[in-house]
Amino acid sequence: MAEPVFVVRGLTKIYRTGEVEVHALRGIDLDLREGELVVMLGPSGSGKSTLLNILGGLDTPTSGSIRFRDRELAGANESTLTQFRREHVGFVFQFYNLVPSLTARENVALVTEIARNPMPPERALELVGLTGRIDHFPAQLSGGEQQRVAIARAIARRPEILLCDEPTGALDSRTGVLVLEALVSANRELGATCAIITHNASIGAIAERVFLFSDGRIAETRVNTERVAPSAVHW
Amino acid sequence: MRALDIKLLRDLRRLAPQGTAIALVLACGVATLILSVGTYRSLSETRTAYYERYLFGDVFSSAVRVPQVLAPRIAEIEGVAAVETRIVRPLLIDIDTMREPASGVVISWPEHRQPAVNGLFLRRGRMPEAGAVREALVTEPFAIAHGFAPGSVFSVILEGTRLDLTVVGTVLSPEYVYALGPGDLMPDRRRFGVMWMPESALASLSNLSGAFNSVSLRLLRGANEALVIEELDAILERYGGTGAYGRKDQLSNAFLDGELIQLRGMAQIVPPIFLAVSAFLVNMILSRLVTLEREQIGLLKALGYSRLAVAFHYLKLVLLIAAFGIVIGVVAGTWLGRAMTGLYSQFYSFPFLIFDQSLDIYLIAIAVSIAAAVLGALSAVARAFRLPAAVAMQPPAPPVYRSLAVGIFERLRWFSQLTTMAIRHMLRHWVRTSLTSLGTSLATALLCVALGSLDSVEFMLEAVFFRTERQEASLSFAQARPPAVLQAVERLPGILVAEPYRVLPVRLVNGQHSRRLAITGKPPRTDLSRVLDLNLEPVVLPDTGLALGDRVAEILHLRTGDPVTVELLDGTGRSIESTVAQVIQTYIGLGVYMNMDALARLAGTGPRISGTHLKIDSARLDDLYRAVKTTPALGSISLNAISRQLFRETMQQNMTMMLTVYFTLSVIVAFGVVYNSARIQLSERARELATLRVLGFGRREVFNVLMIELGTVVAVAQPLGWALGYLLGYVVTQVLASDLFRVPFVVELDTFAVSSLVVVGAAAFSAAVVFRRVMTFDLVEVLKTRD
Repeated sequence: MAEPVFVVRGLTKIYRTGEVEVHALRGIDLDLREGELVVMLGPSGSGKSTLLNILGGLDTPTSGSIRFRDRELAGANESTLTQFRREHVGFVFQFYNLVPSLTARENVALVTEIARNPMPPERALELVGLTGRIDHFPAQLSGGEQQRVAIARAIARRPEILLCDEPTGALDSRTGVLVLEALVSANRELGATCAIITHNASIGAIAERVFLFSDGRIAETRVNTERVAPSAVHW
Repeated sequence: MRALDIKLLRDLRRLAPQGTAIALVLACGVATLILSVGTYRSLSETRTAYYERYLFGDVFSSAVRVPQVLAPRIAEIEGVAAVETRIVRPLLIDIDTMREPASGVVISWPEHRQPAVNGLFLRRGRMPEAGAVREALVTEPFAIAHGFAPGSVFSVILEGTRLDLTVVGTVLSPEYVYALGPGDLMPDRRRFGVMWMPESALASLSNLSGAFNSVSLRLLRGANEALVIEELDAILERYGGTGAYGRKDQLSNAFLDGELIQLRGMAQIVPPIFLAVSAFLVNMILSRLVTLEREQIGLLKALGYSRLAVAFHYLKLVLLIAAFGIVIGVVAGTWLGRAMTGLYSQFYSFPFLIFDQSLDIYLIAIAVSIAAAVLGALSAVARAFRLPAAVAMQPPAPPVYRSLAVGIFERLRWFSQLTTMAIRHMLRHWVRTSLTSLGTSLATALLCVALGSLDSVEFMLEAVFFRTERQEASLSFAQARPPAVLQAVERLPGILVAEPYRVLPVRLVNGQHSRRLAITGKPPRTDLSRVLDLNLEPVVLPDTGLALGDRVAEILHLRTGDPVTVELLDGTGRSIESTVAQVIQTYIGLGVYMNMDALARLAGTGPRISGTHLKIDSARLDDLYRAVKTTPALGSISLNAISRQLFRETMQQNMTMMLTVYFTLSVIVAFGVVYNSARIQLSERARELATLRVLGFGRREVFNVLMIELGTVVAVAQPLGWALGYLLGYVVTQVLASDLFRVPFVVELDTFAVSSLVVVGAAAFSAAVVFRRVMTFDLVEVLKTRD
């Protein structure tokens, strides 16, 4: 079995807004293995996004431990987390988050310029099947294309972890499949550990493991003995 | 409270920093408008009323000795409403508590009647009794400076005779609102006094019984001043008339004019700058707000709010910000106006001078401020009005960008992606970027003008006091005297150098252009009172020909080498052909100079001396002052060293106040523009910048994307501001230039540097405030929202 990339123990996150305390995570235990593709399912507010943000170094836990390889991330300061993101993490978001003033190629170059061993932007775009439109600005691309540029940007630095928050949330089923295919191929070719958050239960079929979130806890972990290709997924 | 109004108040609270910045800029507009218009009106209306009530003359002239019988002839000149002939003589005043002698002017006061021209405002005491020989009225500032009250006695030396005069009243005269002593550039109430004595007493003392040497006229409405002056000159010519002049060349009035021109200029230039900038700022933040609240606008309309109600909702926000600015502006403007008027009453002697707080000034200020704010809001409000509900609920179309210069820069790979982002963003919003730059440049320009005016005054001071009029004192004689008087002067205690000069009233004629003025004769090479060429190098006066001041050359359309006719005003009617030997630099008055010997030949009366410029041994000053006070035949003394010092001190005081005001104004503009621009950028690009952070860029790198744009805007604004400031400063000096004085237009390099430093400092401060927000970016929050 592959080495765990992340070892998460007793992770809690409490948001305080005024006098209200929201327990977003209530003691999560989780291991993510190298090269693994997992899907996190659950209703809104179940804590999956919070976990993803903490895994990606965008947020810090209230208590518990989160180890990335040999490094403890809980309690790390801002610049350590920035460095962590810069070196190890690729993000894909629901609303793509491309820089509108940069072309597809430049959006990818944004990352390759600061990465240690990146692939050329053109190669990253090729991996997501966008060779023909690399000099287009986001406004000139469809939603699916924009999301694929976002994936290319996320994988171009050859990250060890690829974190995707509702990557198909804003897309129709046909385009969503293209995006999932790009993610699966990136996972396969780069060996990056890939965690995908979704509301969409059918997407769980493409993963090795599926975590079902409920009320800040992992309610259930399913292991798929047989993985399904994205093209076979419908919603 | 209605729900929409609650939203309004909360929006306002959220926008408090930007709103305050806008309100402050607007407040500057309101305050400067109230200040300049209010002060202008106070000064202008007080002057008009004062002149009217106290019969200030329209035309003035002086001569050597004119028989009284000519007065009716003058009255017959067409257009003349009233004539007042009088005797005006210079005198020295000996005040016990003063080391140095004071200078003054004594004017005859008609007996048994009120003067028809140039009345007096009696502040304390009474008018002199007819026939009284030792009674005098003195100007109030002079009386206050020396603690004089009716009954006080002081000594004067008039026509070589020492007299003790009794103060019977203190007065103010429309002729001496701005009372300048000889050699002074600023009124010195201690060293210069004007007094009035009964006509008969003064006539016998100055040997002018049955005659006068000064005349003032009041003209009928619609009278042709130029024609009256011409006829008056013709009458007085053979009696040593030195040329009549209108109000605009009357010393005190000319200074008031200058002040009014400055105030009017200020009213026309400064408030519009602030109003335009605030309109721009309103436009910037409201446009952003409407963009951000697109969905809410759609929702409100979907819920049934009318288009008008939604548009008015946003307009109200702007009106509230404007109201805040107006309140600050009204308070600040009134306060500044009172302070300014208070400052004026130190220099200008009016019976009363209060800051004009008429309602209409305030209403105008409020109306134009609201108009500016509404104008700025108009396009955004219209957008909120027009936006169809269905469209508003959809996400806006993503912004479209273009490659830079057909992709050339991209291919050259000069810029990193972060820089490319910043540049493309700037170019996409080029109108806003340019206006932001322009707005910032106005802050630099304002400071350039303010500091530049200091440079100009400093330069003029240096040129006039340290390069041209370098003497420590000047003596002028009541009448021109033979050269032997020079030895007498040199024998006075403490005199190190005495340079003679002679003044000869003439008319210079060049074809159709002519002007009455005086030629000053000097030894060819002088060390104290010098003549400087256009490069401010000392001139050796040639054996023949005139050295013409640049202003005179301009008036008479003359250049070096041109022939010029000199008509003598000594009653002989003689005229002599001469040439312009050189055009020289003059900042004060209409200077024409000539070699003294050449002037003696030209006058045909032999060598004469009108006065001397002196270099004094400062250790023997007291002895000299004592001697001067007891020496007859001295007309007046001007103490240039003291004038210089006074001028410097007063300038320093006024400049400190002026610079504080301009610094504040500029910093407010710079901060308001840069801060708002940075906040808008931050708001527009929050997602983009948060994305950069997620991708692993550090806070500083992300902040740099903003800084590139801010930096470019502020950097471009600097040369633009210098150019605007230079232009504005040039216009100001041109408008202010008069025959009496011209301030040279000089801007030192450090003025540009200091102006930019202040503006860049204010910009850096706004950047720091924005940086704090970048530091506290909630990445997760920003990324979760749809743009």
